[in-house]
Amino acid sequence: MSSLTATAVDVRYKITNVSHTFPGMEVQALKDINLSITSGSFSSLIGPSGCGKSTLLNTMAGLLSPSQGQVTLDDQNVTEPPDEVGIMFQKATLLPWRTAIDNVLLPIELRDGAKAAATFSDKAANLLDTVGLAGFHEAYPRELSGGMAQRVAICRMLITEPEILLLDEPFGALDELTRERMDLELQRIAAGRTATVVLVTHSIPEAVLLSDRVFAMSARPGSISDVIDIDLPRPRSMETLNHPAFGAYVSQVRDALNRGHDYV
Amino acid sequence: MSSTGQTSQVRDSSRRTAPPTTRPAGGRKKNFLLVRRISAFFNSLPQPVAILLVLVTILLFWEGIVRTGAVSAIILPSPFRVAEQVGIVATQLASGGFLAAELWTTVQEILIGFGLACVVGFIMGLWIGQTQFGRKAIMPLFVMLEATPKIAFAPVFIAWFGFGISSKFIMAAFMSLFPIIIGTVAGLAATSEDEIKLFKSMKASAWDVFWKLKLMRALPFIFTGLKIAVVAAVTGAVAAEFIGGGIGFGEQIRVAAARIALDRVFALILVLSLVGALLFSLVALLQRKVTFWDTDSPARRKKKRGSA
Repeated sequence: MSSLTATAVDVRYKITNVSHTFPGMEVQALKDINLSITSGSFSSLIGPSGCGKSTLLNTMAGLLSPSQGQVTLDDQNVTEPPDEVGIMFQKATLLPWRTAIDNVLLPIELRDGAKAAATFSDKAANLLDTVGLAGFHEAYPRELSGGMAQRVAICRMLITEPEILLLDEPFGALDELTRERMDLELQRIAAGRTATVVLVTHSIPEAVLLSDRVFAMSARPGSISDVIDIDLPRPRSMETLNHPAFGAYVSQVRDALNRGHDYV
Repeated sequence: MSSTGQTSQVRDSSRRTAPPTTRPAGGRKKNFLLVRRISAFFNSLPQPVAILLVLVTILLFWEGIVRTGAVSAIILPSPFRVAEQVGIVATQLASGGFLAAELWTTVQEILIGFGLACVVGFIMGLWIGQTQFGRKAIMPLFVMLEATPKIAFAPVFIAWFGFGISSKFIMAAFMSLFPIIIGTVAGLAATSEDEIKLFKSMKASAWDVFWKLKLMRALPFIFTGLKIAVVAAVTGAVAAEFIGGGIGFGEQIRVAAARIALDRVFALILVLSLVGALLFSLVALLQRKVTFWDTDSPARRKKKRGSA
């Protein structure tokens, strides 16, 4: 109760009664979604494929306007991609004709033009260095591994200094080991900028490891079946995976997801 | 007891008759192995040697037919006489003799025609690729035109544009237009949903989406179209010259053929094929420079396989 009143002050995203049906589809992709995201928090949307978690993220990103309901960011209706938001997708989607650093500079170039982008090149170089790509500034995407390409995509997202990061299964295409390392890197980056993060994932350990709050979703129609607050000490590390409470949270999220699937 | 003996006998006899049917199969297997070994030898040859081998074989076969006298030397001149003519044609071209001006005329027709097709084809491709109207109304018409034998339009262009150079480059342009349109249309559809979404999330303008994404994605396809088109332009120009006369290289071929100087005809055709190959290589070179990043290009695939 006290946490509710405390967080009510700095709510950034507010999603009210959002439902969405794709044209020509029978089942609702989203049904009566209500949630709020507080400033500086790390939240995960977790659920099986087809539960609408990506659709929900897209409405928050302003890439999709829901059939019903309201998405607001700082009390403003989200109708187009907000300036303070950075988005990352499952695929790195780097432009193959641009070097790593030019890919990082793309958002600046699109926003302010090529001249402005040139003034950001030092910053882009620094970002690439911090994610361990010091020797790869001038490399083309075909010369990068999947994990390296995702690091470039992270830098591309961060170059505009977004306060809010929306991540759609950003490491879903990576192998387990790379993924864990990227997860911790993501936590470091988010903590370093006190960013507000919303992560879409279907990995329970990933959600528990990174989040303050996990929204468990169920499919057909996509809705939120449970909200689980994760109270593990920060910063979290590989050690956190061995924390007794970690396992408990993992089973709690799994139970929540299973409950959402009672009909299966 | 006796019945079992009988059945075993039957079985035995069947076993005895079995070998004759398997023996030829074994022989076939041996033959097959030999074929495989020969095939492996040919496959292992380096490309220049392999090409040379095929050429020499064809020339030997050709010379053999001429030697037997089965075909008149007028109808099929020997490779040596063709080589002689190639020498004469080459000297004429190199010294700026009587063939050089004709070749230049034809090359001009090809280049103007190809250039025209590039501009018109790209604009048409944009129209079809970027608008619903183009897709619905223009594309079907082009598909129909593409299905007609385009060479049949040569007399039409001569009637419209006369016997000069213009009817020839129009024909060259007409022949090379379609691959460029198709390449542009296919290329504009090559951008992935993810890339569009990425650009949308960065609030890119329609202008930026086109120039910095869709056009770049389209380039490999456009170049594929250009490579087909430039060769088609050669065909178009020469075909128009056959029908419309004039002062180009095609006319020289027609005149030589009318004199039944087939050795000269073959030499002239060789020059034209070299022109086509040169133009094709220039476009391919440009493609390698411009779309260096295209990992699906044949050149890169080859390189990758070579290094693997």
